[in-house]
Amino acid sequence: METVTITMKNAPALYLEADTITPDTFAGKNATQIAGLSVHEGNMPSTLGKYFEVSGNAGTTAADTKIVVKGDVKRVKYIGFKMSAGEVVIEGSTDQYVGAWMTGGKILAMGDVEAFAATAMRGGELIIEGNAGNYLGAAYRGDWRGMSGGKILVKGNAGSDIGMYMTGGEIVVNGDVDVHAMTHAEGGKLIVRGNAKSKLGGQMVEGSIYVFGTIDVMMPGFKPNGEIELEVDGTKATFAHFIGDTGERHKKKKGVVQYGNLYKKI
Amino acid sequence: MSEYIIKNGHVFDPVQGIKGDKKDICIKDGKIVDKVGSSAKVIDAKDKTVMAGAVEIHAHVAGPKVNLGRIYRPEDKLFSCTPTKGMERMGGGASIPTTFKTGYEYAKMGYAVAMEAAMPPLFSRHVHEEIRDTPIIDEGAFPVFGNNWFVLEYLKNHEIENTAAYIAWLLKVTKGYAVKVVNPGGTEAWAWGLNCLTVNDPVPYFDITPAEIVKGLIEANEYLGLPHSMHIHPNNLGNPGCYETTLDTMKIAEGIKAKNKFGREQVLHLTHTQFHSYKGTNWGDFESGAKEITDFVNKNKNITIDTGNVTLDETTTMTADGPFEHHLTGLNHLKWANCDVELETAAGVVPYIYSPGISVCAIQWAIGLEIPLMMKDPMRCYITTDHPNAGPFTRYPRVFKWLMSEKARKTQIDSFKHKDKVLSQTAIGTLDREISLYELAQMTRAGPAKSLGLSAVCGGLKPGMEADVAIYNFNPEKPVADPDDIEKAFSRCAAFFKSGVQVVSNGDIISNGNKRTLWVNVKAKENPQVMRDIAEKFVKYYSMTQANYEALGHHFVPNPYAIEVDVTS
Repeated sequence: METVTITMKNAPALYLEADTITPDTFAGKNATQIAGLSVHEGNMPSTLGKYFEVSGNAGTTAADTKIVVKGDVKRVKYIGFKMSAGEVVIEGSTDQYVGAWMTGGKILAMGDVEAFAATAMRGGELIIEGNAGNYLGAAYRGDWRGMSGGKILVKGNAGSDIGMYMTGGEIVVNGDVDVHAMTHAEGGKLIVRGNAKSKLGGQMVEGSIYVFGTIDVMMPGFKPNGEIELEVDGTKATFAHFIGDTGERHKKKKGVVQYGNLYKKI
Repeated sequence: MSEYIIKNGHVFDPVQGIKGDKKDICIKDGKIVDKVGSSAKVIDAKDKTVMAGAVEIHAHVAGPKVNLGRIYRPEDKLFSCTPTKGMERMGGGASIPTTFKTGYEYAKMGYAVAMEAAMPPLFSRHVHEEIRDTPIIDEGAFPVFGNNWFVLEYLKNHEIENTAAYIAWLLKVTKGYAVKVVNPGGTEAWAWGLNCLTVNDPVPYFDITPAEIVKGLIEANEYLGLPHSMHIHPNNLGNPGCYETTLDTMKIAEGIKAKNKFGREQVLHLTHTQFHSYKGTNWGDFESGAKEITDFVNKNKNITIDTGNVTLDETTTMTADGPFEHHLTGLNHLKWANCDVELETAAGVVPYIYSPGISVCAIQWAIGLEIPLMMKDPMRCYITTDHPNAGPFTRYPRVFKWLMSEKARKTQIDSFKHKDKVLSQTAIGTLDREISLYELAQMTRAGPAKSLGLSAVCGGLKPGMEADVAIYNFNPEKPVADPDDIEKAFSRCAAFFKSGVQVVSNGDIISNGNKRTLWVNVKAKENPQVMRDIAEKFVKYYSMTQANYEALGHHFVPNPYAIEVDVTS
């Protein structure tokens, strides 16, 4: 695997829309060609090389390409946008839409990421060592198709509306999550090792939520369904089981009504 | 104005009966002329197809319902935006493009005229503001009449003169073009939580049937002698078995003759026929009724139709058939918006995905193609997608490909997951007809222009007509190697002239042209009773005053093209 290192040397005055920082776009290009890739600063077209120092050449395919992003990229959006393979390491915090629409490969963000990370993600892996913003793994504005595959791990806390309209895949948050997690979910799995706030799983029709800590306010549409012994993310424990959201329409599979499952560790 | 001569092209013009002959087309002062001077700019159209600008008879391209779709579907603009480029302003949207993108996309395909198919009269100002902001193409808008309280009250007593006087007034104040009817009576019934699924279901409170509304509006339309006929989306759209309601609706027009000075022969235009040609009793035994419908239309010369082809895309359905959209959201469970327009109409909007993997969608696709392939007279059958309901208008070139190539249809059928069901429930597999370029010109140019009463203005290349000329990179003398070449050629004109101005060159917009708003100005005798009724309704029921109702002046209609109708004598 070839490694391309891009280092922020000339920070943009406005937010930088850099949807070209992906192994797919870098693949087959040398450092000079990569520096010439287009980005937008605000509404003005520009090149990657204006802001970043590029060293190293990319592999022939996305799978052979690793990108290391150094320096302050808190004003850079869309890193790993639509990536299908390869690796991206962000050695700090970054802005919105990290790994949005990604279908494969791996992204490691060593700091915090802002909102809309992994929007409508279909596959691959996103690891966030800091905190994640709002709408992690959610659907795009107006859309009803959220994260459908892949895996997200947040070592810190996550914001509100994560996993909105999620249909598949897995999100693990080691810390706490804010309100509206897994709203409208039709599948997928969310594990919260910390605490959850209110409106958890609101209008959820399928999928599972596991909470290790407390739930601020339970949705009234969830009803108790006994207790269950489970092994979740390597931890064996007894969980209180709830099904819901009973205010919604639920599909039947082989004659059995499907509900969203909420498990809270006792 | 510049003079042009388009040389050596293969010309297809049903108005003059030209079937691919090499003929020079001359343009001067915005019109087609017999000859031009030696200084005229020469455009070489060697090995290319030359046709008149196309005419869109039915699309939802402007107004509050379209905008509601734009507002509540931001995801429609995701990855479909085009940045500023030369003359072109930025645009976006796949199924509900912005106004600018709408104008550019029609022009790039060689369309000169487009009719907005459902204008709520109360929101005519909004419709005209959007039309004004849609560049290049000439547009008109059809106000909806089929659920209007005035019409229901007059026609209950069969008062044709009063209905006609009301139509004349409304066309004038809304700058409307034709009488549109959507689910007659059903949308008003929807305000009572009901619907009219047959032509004999009474409308609550008004105690009138859809059949009476349709018959009365046809008679009023012919009383006035409007350029277009009554344009109808019948009751019971999109339900298995609905073809019977469609036949019942068309039978209402039997024996009625067109009366007008525009050369129009039909008294009823049936729109998006595909949605009204379903047999079967449920979605399991759903099958095509295209044969029954086209047999009837083939026999009855006073009817024209458009197709409403399903293009197998993700799109946004929108119609003044409010109860249907509620029914649809119950089927696909996607987001639903509804809007009631006071005394006049209502509308609903629901996104829809016509998936090739779903048998019903694949059968709908087949029915949409069966209809034009079974129609004997291409001058009475026009290609539409009921944009954006069955698919976006930008897919017309793909529909042309399916109609012009049996091979392309076969490839599509073979790719369906439920291929056998498509073949057993429709006759698409047995139809080997391939639409010729001449027939295509009839279905997209001369035919719709005639139906709209514009046969002397557009849709042809006869000297004296508007110089709307499209040149396509398509050599009719060479066999089509790959059906996709048809789609490619008709997607982007080599050159397009709109009213004598070259607006497209090599698929790019090079001018914003001189866009006009078509409307029908009826000069009728003052009808004091109708004027009194209108004033009373505004005072009693409307949320606005009559003084604020009219789409008046330069702001709303900066460049009008009025079709004059005189019924004073």
